[in-house]
Amino acid sequence: MDGLETQFDETIAADQRIEPRDWMPEAYRKTLIRQIAQHAHSEIIGMQPEGNWILRAPSLRRKAILLAKVQDEAGHGMYLYAAAETLGVDREELTEKLIESKQKYSSIFNYPTLTYADIGVIGWLVDGAAICNQVPLCRCSYGPYARAMIRICKEESFHQRQGYELLLAMVNGTDAQREMVQESTNRWWWPSLMMFGPPDADSPNTQQSMAWGIKRHTNDELRQRFVDMTVPQAAALGITLPDPGLVWNEERSAHDYTEPDWTEFKAVIAGSGPCNAQRIAHRRRAHESGSWVREAAVAYAEKQAAKQEAAA
Amino acid sequence: MSGDENVYDSLTEEHGADTQWAYGHGAFGSGIEDVEAEIASPVPDGVDPSDLAQYCLMLGDDALICSHRLSEWVSNAPELEEEVALANTALDLLGQGRVLLARAAHLGAAADEDVLAYQRGEAEFRNVALAELGDDLDFGRAIARLLLFSTWRLALLSRLTGSRDPVVAAVAGKGVKELTYHRDYAARWTLRLGDGTAQSHDRIQAALDAVWPYVDELFRTSDVERRLVGAGVAVDPAETRAEFDEVLDQVLAAATLTRPQRPGIGTIGGRGGRQGLHTEKLGHVLAEMQSLARQHPGATW
Ligand SMILES: [Fe+2]
Ligand SMILES: [Fe+2]
Repeated sequence: MDGLETQFDETIAADQRIEPRDWMPEAYRKTLIRQIAQHAHSEIIGMQPEGNWILRAPSLRRKAILLAKVQDEAGHGMYLYAAAETLGVDREELTEKLIESKQKYSSIFNYPTLTYADIGVIGWLVDGAAICNQVPLCRCSYGPYARAMIRICKEESFHQRQGYELLLAMVNGTDAQREMVQESTNRWWWPSLMMFGPPDADSPNTQQSMAWGIKRHTNDELRQRFVDMTVPQAAALGITLPDPGLVWNEERSAHDYTEPDWTEFKAVIAGSGPCNAQRIAHRRRAHESGSWVREAAVAYAEKQAAKQEAAA
Repeated sequence: MSGDENVYDSLTEEHGADTQWAYGHGAFGSGIEDVEAEIASPVPDGVDPSDLAQYCLMLGDDALICSHRLSEWVSNAPELEEEVALANTALDLLGQGRVLLARAAHLGAAADEDVLAYQRGEAEFRNVALAELGDDLDFGRAIARLLLFSTWRLALLSRLTGSRDPVVAAVAGKGVKELTYHRDYAARWTLRLGDGTAQSHDRIQAALDAVWPYVDELFRTSDVERRLVGAGVAVDPAETRAEFDEVLDQVLAAATLTRPQRPGIGTIGGRGGRQGLHTEKLGHVLAEMQSLARQHPGATW
């Protein structure tokens, strides 16, 4: 083993951060690029299902909250693409890979938002699950990713609180609003459980990611934590989680729960979720119809630089 | 599992000072201190409350409807920086609109801002046509509209900081900072597009040509405004024309663009947006904006 690799291993073993200029194994770099890009894409694609309700938000206060939230997600995408860029790729290249379906994003955003309760439930369950996944990433071994996550997690927790607060207002509202919350929870519960990824036995990359200090907990550990935290919150809302197998297990000091339908998960990942094609087509249209604008900005900057040079 | 990172700890912490949270829990997300108290301030002496309410609707509807058009850009912008900037501009205008509508509601005995936003029909809206124009997600048209709108509104608000109505004055005071940024953003993109590529030059010129006919209305003084100018509450929009022309001439020249020579859109029997007479577009904006709220009368969200 050469000196560089020893140094890398020692840094990881000591729980210190790897920085962009440090040597790192090619596989570590590749894993990080894939994970950070996927994470950045999720932030950007996630703007679509929530953006779907901005124009129709039922009060101006809710409109302001939702607009600010979706704007945050664009900011998250920016920090994450910037973190990926420290590994030698650029945003444009990653965006191309997204719209060519060569890189993935979180499967959750391939589900539609059909009612305004979905906005609350996404904040509560989807941002909630994202927080469970992402808080450990604040201690990720790669410095720029860890630092981006600290900032992002703070904002995700606002999103979760705001989502939950919307649901509280709705369950204290009319019968129609209460039913909307229950129906939405029924739809989003299983896809939310899927956000933690396949069961540990089917997650071949987990061990390597944990050894590298990129991942800190297994998928099933995080999923269990999410279930245990969500149960009392659902009770406080007075709604039912759609799993008859969900019961407290005294021995394990945890809830037993039914596994989501992993066949559906695989199908959605493979491209046949309800909104996969729509999400990618939307992102492609936005990107391609903006190309003349980006080209103009480059041409303008070049002209300005040339003028300055001529004046110097 | 280690307990060193309780995911939900952050949910129980106080975030009172954080701006993100202010959007959710501040009454209006406008940043205006003690806005609730302001909104209930007495009508200044010698001012007709219904005139003042109409004036707040004019300024408020301009902001609300323009914010709606900008919000259409969410997830459609040419670059992530533009996503953030356009959403931010929409949020600023939404904040201004909410305070002004709340003031109008207080003066006109509507329950709140939402009743005015969601329960009025087209003919009761008082915004200018420029605010409601669609752009079909053409970035050039969005920028052209924002350049004209923000240049005009900044000229108005900077003269309204001394309004005798404390709510109008407070919105203007904060709005000047916001509009300065919006105008600067629109002007910088006008330069990049105008002096960028041949294609971008043609597109932004065409966009300016398309919105230009709606400029005249911005400087037409309504009767309500005329009365409120006398009372020290409003500014006469006609007074802002010189500043508007000067800024536009400067930006267009730097951007290698020509000032459009298009006839202004006229009124119908002397009536325009300020009198509740709109383009065909506003009905569609409201149909979308109000649909959910109207499906659930009496619900609170
Ligand atoms: Fe996010
Ligand atoms: Fe979020």
